[in-house]
Amino acid sequence: MARRRFERWRAPPSTYATHPEAREIVFDFLQGYDVLGAFWTTVQLTLLSAVGSLVWGTLLAAMRVSPVPLMRGFGTAYVNIVRNIPLTIIILFASLGLADIFGATMGASDFKVQGFRLAVLGLVGYTAAFVCEAIRSGINTVPLGQAEAARAIGLNFTQTLRLIVLPQAFRAVIGPLANVLIALTKNTTVAAAIGVAEAATLMKTMIENEAQTLAIGAVFALGFVVLTLPMGLLLGWVGKRLAVKR
Amino acid sequence: MSSVLYDTPGPRAKRRNVLVSVVFFVLLAALAWWIWQVLDDKNQLRWALWQPFTTSQAWTTYLLPGLTNTLKAAALAMIIALPLGAVFGIARLSDHRWVRSVAGVVVEFFRAIPVLLLMLFANEFFSRYTQVTSDDRPFYAVVTGLVLYNASVLAEVVRAGILALPKGQTEAAYAIGLRKGQTMTSILLPQAVTAMLPAIVSQLVVIVKDTALGGVMLGFAELLSERGTLAANYANVIASFVVVAAIYIVLNFALTSFASWLEGRLRRSKRGTGAVLGAEDMEELNPAAVGGGFGAGSAA
Repeated sequence: MARRRFERWRAPPSTYATHPEAREIVFDFLQGYDVLGAFWTTVQLTLLSAVGSLVWGTLLAAMRVSPVPLMRGFGTAYVNIVRNIPLTIIILFASLGLADIFGATMGASDFKVQGFRLAVLGLVGYTAAFVCEAIRSGINTVPLGQAEAARAIGLNFTQTLRLIVLPQAFRAVIGPLANVLIALTKNTTVAAAIGVAEAATLMKTMIENEAQTLAIGAVFALGFVVLTLPMGLLLGWVGKRLAVKR
Repeated sequence: MSSVLYDTPGPRAKRRNVLVSVVFFVLLAALAWWIWQVLDDKNQLRWALWQPFTTSQAWTTYLLPGLTNTLKAAALAMIIALPLGAVFGIARLSDHRWVRSVAGVVVEFFRAIPVLLLMLFANEFFSRYTQVTSDDRPFYAVVTGLVLYNASVLAEVVRAGILALPKGQTEAAYAIGLRKGQTMTSILLPQAVTAMLPAIVSQLVVIVKDTALGGVMLGFAELLSERGTLAANYANVIASFVVVAAIYIVLNFALTSFASWLEGRLRRSKRGTGAVLGAEDMEELNPAAVGGGFGAGSAA
């Protein structure tokens, strides 16, 4: 029964085969636009910023939990300032402030590359604050008794950190970090503010010049769903598997 | 002080800490000095560039109207998104599988899409299919984008808020003969909304930050785009960035502090079930959420 219904439903759309031009009419809004290339730029922005913010965020987290008050103060101030500023300001400032006034050309010869690198810099500076908080909260999930027990059996500082605290903290941090990564993927669209040729920039151009508003919106929305959904599912699964059961 | 990572410092550790402090201070000072030098070199520190902010004109012409638009868009988006989010949040808890899954798909879809895409799409949609004038369009588009995204985030908040309530609440409601709808509207929802308040206020910070996107990408005359007009007028790039960033920081810091105050108050209160959805929970529901962690200086 189900099979017959399926076949009946399937029969009509042979139009593409009988009228090849139908395909062109339906999808002609994609003609002349490099959608995949734009999403590739989005992916590159995401990956580079992810690596950068992981490094800088870990350093900030280390400062925030360090025994040196000045470093703790710096870390706290950085996180609280950056988290309360719109990312758009940071990206815009990277272009109008850092590049134009501080002369940070990022070793790029042309404006395209420079814009891309500045966007990565802005995204790293912004995302690092969230990475820092995720890592810090991961360290905080390790009960004080763990380190106390470690010291009681005679482990020194590095041993305590390496063998007891960090392995537990790291596993607790995967879930929150996955959320930061998803947010970062979506945040790369803000690079459109300084004209980086990524997905949102292309969507703006296409949606203004082509008639199929809905279809274009759907294509780009789908692109981001494809990027973020597996990321969340995979890392959520890994995070749950590795989490320390208490 | 002691933490999970290190002991209370002894004499040797104290000396080492002082040394690290000094080195770090020198590095920071060098950075600050370099920034000062560059700004001085580029004539960005001249008083003429900063002076406009001490006059009322810069504020009444640019900054205050911009700030008003930012707040208007943020408040309107929150007011529309809240009931919409509540509907979808409750729908996700429905006993009927179809209602549950459709609401789930809608919520997950809008959560997965960058809010900028929603704004761009709404802008084009309004220009093609509605009579909204081109002056009003950016405002409508920004609010629409923010509503679609934040309603889906708030749906998750509402769901988490209802799930956070003790099971006894529902059971007691059923026991006194209330129906499902009555249980939801007169028992669960009022308590969930109270528990959600801190999370809702923290989400307001995210909304305020996202309005800035509409300013740059759609020409919505909010605070950040007013900065552009102002800087074009007074040629004070750095000064205008510093002032506008400071306004955002003060505004959002106030909102975050208010959220933590609410959270603490709700946690301490003897009435209610003690179920609270704070900023920390928010970060799990909405990756882009900000909030919490203020004043918590270190791992303690």
